[in-house]
Amino acid sequence: MKPRSLTYRRSIDLGLRLVSSLAALFGIIMLSWILGTVLLKGAAAINWDFFTELPAPPGMPGGGLANAILGTLLITLLSVLIGVPIGLAAGVWLAEFGQESKLAEVIRFAANLLMSTPSIIIGVFVYVVMVLTTGQFSGTAGAVTLAIIMLPVVARTAEDMLALVPSALREAALALGMPRWKATLGVIFRAAQTGLLTGTLLAVARVSGETAPLLFTALNSPYWPGSFNEPTANLTVTIFNYAMSPYDDWQTLAWGASLLITAGVLGTTIITRGFIWYRSRQL
Amino acid sequence: MMQTASATLQNRQQTRPFSVLATKVEPRAKTGQIKIATRGLNFYYDDQQALFDNELEIAANRVTAIIGPSGCGKSTHLRTYNRIFELYRGQRVSGEVLLDGQNLLDANCDVLELRRKIGMIFQKPTPFPMSVFDNIAYGLKQHYRINRSELRDRVKTALQQAALWDEVKDKLSHPGTALSGGQQQRLCIARAIAIEPEILLMDEPTSAVDPIATARIEELIDTLKKRYTIVIVTHNMQQAARISDYTAFFYQGRIVEFGATDKIFTNPDNQQTEDYITGRFG
Repeated sequence: MKPRSLTYRRSIDLGLRLVSSLAALFGIIMLSWILGTVLLKGAAAINWDFFTELPAPPGMPGGGLANAILGTLLITLLSVLIGVPIGLAAGVWLAEFGQESKLAEVIRFAANLLMSTPSIIIGVFVYVVMVLTTGQFSGTAGAVTLAIIMLPVVARTAEDMLALVPSALREAALALGMPRWKATLGVIFRAAQTGLLTGTLLAVARVSGETAPLLFTALNSPYWPGSFNEPTANLTVTIFNYAMSPYDDWQTLAWGASLLITAGVLGTTIITRGFIWYRSRQL
Repeated sequence: MMQTASATLQNRQQTRPFSVLATKVEPRAKTGQIKIATRGLNFYYDDQQALFDNELEIAANRVTAIIGPSGCGKSTHLRTYNRIFELYRGQRVSGEVLLDGQNLLDANCDVLELRRKIGMIFQKPTPFPMSVFDNIAYGLKQHYRINRSELRDRVKTALQQAALWDEVKDKLSHPGTALSGGQQQRLCIARAIAIEPEILLMDEPTSAVDPIATARIEELIDTLKKRYTIVIVTHNMQQAARISDYTAFFYQGRIVEFGATDKIFTNPDNQQTEDYITGRFG
């Protein structure tokens, strides 16, 4: 048996290191390119009017996206109110009660499928079920769509986080004579708090960039969101519309909206991380 | 019949202190009488049988130690007393566990009240992720209607009984998880006794704490037995000899020998018991 030559091993090592470094570099460059462009082009649109004014008609100077900002916030809030409780409940059932049962396996499989379903399909589904039947594009339909997209993400992360809680803690709560629901809400939830919060915020970040499903449901509107039963302005569809428009100032607004969404998602992530860091220092 | 049983129980020289079935007893067993009795207890993890025909009688206000090598079924046996095993799919039991003469494995036995009466301390301390005060108040509020000042008194009493009050009285609002391991374990004991149980089950309560904390917990067990019936699973034979009145030796899911601790540790009837105690195996 002859040992492989050192030069051969070293050159393999060098080659592989080069390839992987280049791949990483490529990723980083693309990311900074995107972020840089959004920042540069978007910053031009950001001013006081951007946050306070309604969109101006094409050709008119000024105008902002206040209605779309508010609409996105409202739609996201409503979708959180619908999606998160149901998702958490499903996660609790999977982790605490369903466990290894057949039904739990089926639900888990369905959740995984739903998670990888293209969001546009969920949009079309809600379009058929809610928009066609009521004959009305609406903010509610948009929120329901986002809630459905959120649901499996929240449920699966909640399940994972609850499963991480040591079973000794669960047993200790039950051994004190607590009913199962109280042990779960009072003790297990507290222990999994940070994880559950992370899962929820991840889900929010996941839906806040969704455009296609909103095109079919909330549509868009040049006015202030008045009620959830009418087409509701939102940032992502606005980006879609304005970016394709021939007007320069609309395109600039689209860049501004892109920057706002990017900063929003980034901000949410940073706040979550900060909160987790704070909690881990406390306990 | 009961008289005979309790009379024998108090006589620590007898090899088999419990020869009489506890068919009818007082609603609450008095000191030395049979508090818990298992009859033909079998336990299964799915298809695998872990306990075989266990017959054991636990005396009220005494400390009963369960010893034996790893995997012999000590904890499994203990975990039938408060039915905590029911949390897991595939764990089944057959036979009877009589608490004051009532079979607690019966479907109509209220498991929440059962677990109020039978507290449990685990191997690793399990403080809840909340303040020291709330750790104890949480269980109390589950079982009792109680106003704030009464709650404070009860929490204080429980901490005093667990010999923890002096160490934590200034940090009641600190998280329970911030205490040291030994303190956490005493917090769990305080939490268990706050709801006024009759029995304390301890599953290797000192295996995760240091020797000094172990000594404190052993002292505590000695004072607690005046008020509670204690069953303790332990790997540590010196500990069993130090703190228990009765000892049961388990091997491969069977109770090989059961009797007064003095007798088991000085002159056991069974060769296997002797081999284990003298350290020849296990």
